Amino acid sequence: MIAILDYGSGNLRSAQRAFAASGADVVVTSDEKICLDAKGLVVPGVGAFQACMRGLLAVNGDEIIRARFAADRPTLGICVGMQILFASSSESSRDGSILPGVGMWNESIARLSAPVLPHMGWNTVESPKNSVLFRGISEESFYFVHSFAAKESDAPVVTWSEYGERFVASAEDGSLSATQFHPEKSGGAGLRLIKNWVESI
Amino acid sequence: MTLSIRIIPCLDVQEGRVVKGVNFKDLMDAGDPVKMAALYDSEGADELTFLDISASSSGRETTLDVVRRTAEEVFIPLTVGGGIRSASDVNALLRAGADKVSVNTAAISRPELIAEISDSFGSQVLVLSVDARRAKTISGFEVTTHGGRQGSGLDAMEWIEQASKLGIGEILLNSMDADGTKLGYDLEMIRAVREISNVPVIASGGAGKLSDFSDALDAGADALLAASIFHFGEYRIKDVKEYLGAAGYSVRQPFNG
Repeated sequence: MIAILDYGSGNLRSAQRAFAASGADVVVTSDEKICLDAKGLVVPGVGAFQACMRGLLAVNGDEIIRARFAADRPTLGICVGMQILFASSSESSRDGSILPGVGMWNESIARLSAPVLPHMGWNTVESPKNSVLFRGISEESFYFVHSFAAKESDAPVVTWSEYGERFVASAEDGSLSATQFHPEKSGGAGLRLIKNWVESI
Repeated sequence: MTLSIRIIPCLDVQEGRVVKGVNFKDLMDAGDPVKMAALYDSEGADELTFLDISASSSGRETTLDVVRRTAEEVFIPLTVGGGIRSASDVNALLRAGADKVSVNTAAISRPELIAEISDSFGSQVLVLSVDARRAKTISGFEVTTHGGRQGSGLDAMEWIEQASKLGIGEILLNSMDADGTKLGYDLEMIRAVREISNVPVIASGGAGKLSDFSDALDAGADALLAASIFHFGEYRIKDVKEYLGAAGYSVRQPFNG
């Protein structure tokens, strides 16, 4: 079973449908035990980094992610659900508060340097050969909506995209994976990537 | 690696059915928005927009159901506009499966709506729909409401600057002068908005021939919305993409894996 962590962020119905399309049983939940025990956990996220972090902390999402990584249980972060896996973001909230991220990866999230933001639409992703997520996918476009991104990553498998500058499009680090783009909104290529992840867990 | 331009068909939905001339008779039941959404998806649409023109609250409920059923089978971004007056309207649409919402008249009468939506859901969900026409305002463009029937006296560029401060993810720029003429997009209007805005601009209104699309992109548009020319089958989405691809623009090709 795959659990989609519900912490008040975004269009979870699309994510549920897209993961169910791979044949998996999918639940949308904030139940800690279900999220810890699920075969795979999806951490979505849209909107502001700080708002997402606050929502995540409210359901102990940070501890769930750490515990799953320690137990080698697969977790997939999407969009801001990827960004919160990093140490911090320079995106401040309207009230000026700065919250650190979950800190699974040491790098920070920063604003993209581009004249038109958000980076909105379909962009190609440069995929490496040893990627599990991109098996059978090369030179495809995925749907992005974001203004901030990781500019570097030490994760063992990293894909890149470019908008104004190069940024991390996805990262795979053992049981922990994440995409800056929305695979659940990326048509056939996105469904294939989701299927790859589901089959790998 | 380049961001592709986006081609966005727009479906006017009233009481759960697509209205405003459609001519798909050999392809499908033209009135079913879910089937049309799936067809456009399979033809390579990069996003879809539903404009709810229902007058009744039962019509709006039906639209929620249409959004739900579309989200079941179409895995590209879906924007829904029409009749949105509050953050709770937005929440209902997002929960049904919409990815973005567009606001127009309600935000003009109550600009705080923009901040309420972007604070709750992030500015990326909010498309500011601007129905503008040429008029004797400071910039030469005036915002209209109620589908272009009423002038607001509001200068279009001032309105866009005000709304941008409140938090918007992109601008859907409809030229009420060009709409339906098939004489091309209002390129001056696109240039004027591009000049003052740093969010993506979707051009709408006036497309009649293939070169109109590339002209709008050259004027600064990031995406192209069209309704009738696709519904009547004058051009298929792939025709537009082939033309723009050959002209050197980055277009998304359907996944063949």
